[in-house]
Amino acid sequence: MTRNMLLVGTPKGAFILDGDASRSSWSVRGPLCEGWPIHDLSIDAASGAILAGGGSPWYGPAVFRSDDLGATWSHSSEGLTYGDDGPKIPTVWNVTAAHESIWAGVEPAGLFRSDDGGTTWSHVSGLRDHPSRPDWSPGAGGLICHTIVPHPTDPARMWVAISAVGTFATEDGGATWEARNRGVVACFQPDPHPETGQCVHKLVMAAGEPDSFYQQNHCGVYRSADAGRSWEDISAGLVSEFGFVMGAHPRDPATSWVIPLTHPEEGRLSPGGALAVWRTNDRGDTWQRHGEGLPQKDTFVGVLREALAVDRSDPAGVYFGTSTGQLYGSRDEGVSWSLVADHLPPIWGVEAVVLD
Amino acid sequence: MATIILPRSLIALFPAAPRRCEVDAATVAEAIDRLDELAPGMRNRIVDSGPVIREHIKVFVDGAPATLDGALRTDSTLHVIPAVSGG
Repeated sequence: MTRNMLLVGTPKGAFILDGDASRSSWSVRGPLCEGWPIHDLSIDAASGAILAGGGSPWYGPAVFRSDDLGATWSHSSEGLTYGDDGPKIPTVWNVTAAHESIWAGVEPAGLFRSDDGGTTWSHVSGLRDHPSRPDWSPGAGGLICHTIVPHPTDPARMWVAISAVGTFATEDGGATWEARNRGVVACFQPDPHPETGQCVHKLVMAAGEPDSFYQQNHCGVYRSADAGRSWEDISAGLVSEFGFVMGAHPRDPATSWVIPLTHPEEGRLSPGGALAVWRTNDRGDTWQRHGEGLPQKDTFVGVLREALAVDRSDPAGVYFGTSTGQLYGSRDEGVSWSLVADHLPPIWGVEAVVLD
Repeated sequence: MATIILPRSLIALFPAAPRRCEVDAATVAEAIDRLDELAPGMRNRIVDSGPVIREHIKVFVDGAPATLDGALRTDSTLHVIPAVSGG
């Protein structure tokens, strides 16, 4: 029987929502992970383990792992360090399993790899060895490696996104990395077209096209058809070019979703007091606003970078969480919406899981 | 043997670890190493790179704040206490 789950990260712990087969009724479990601040949860499709990355203000960073769908958890940060002379790591921002390894993106920005299921970690030093690193600067959320996108079949290829530095790619398993930000504007810098320094908020790969990407950036929404080597602005038609989340359709490479917010200096909130998700079906040439079922009056909420997820059902389910603890879901690919859960802590991350 | 008293929130992370235990150690660092042998991974929860005691944890030896190189007597009591903060 199909099992639907939503994995939710918050500053007050992780939560798991168990859904019925129709995805219309959900029950909440939590707080999990001992109430630690959890930025990101994901599932290792190969093992079925749920992974959670975060950091305690007292006890430091860790990746939690559950092999029984959230009933019990272990945790480790063995090796999650830049060494005794390096900067301290307060938290994990992304945890992603791929090709029999688990990858963790951390603050300050860097990448770690585990080949034993998350028990021990080793630093993927090639990323921080990039010559641009002395110039890396934090965004408002810190200097964070928040997105990890593995190639679906080639373990040597991977993309990461760092705020406020940009997108990087490796084609040799992480030994060396190349900045891939050409065409992405850094609208907050004197030179708006640097090699690095762009504030990428979320990076997603188009379905079935490993060289096609979308990104929501501080300074616009972009697409790339050449593995991130060059980018084209597709913000035209959106109510705002600013936002944090971006989601890609599980089967249609031309469809993706964003949630535009008011400009950075204007609060980063739902524009006009109305909450809406915007969808493109033509790779960003045009956008459609979808607010049906979402509050359209007196609503001033944010949606943070990891807080939108798409499941692999047909039609795809789309879910997002707000900075005020509401979790919304759509069973018709983002056209109409309903409240899945209310009164959660501020939502940092959402992941949608379908288990057969 | 020095006595170590751990906070409830640390025991929650290591359910098999005792709240109170006795270890044979001459310094705070050695005592934490003994704790890590009892509950693998506990050192990482108490000690940050440097190495130093994590920023928002205090270790007290016989009631006085201590660092990793703090000396322990055989009858010392070592408290690990997380900062009172948050919201």
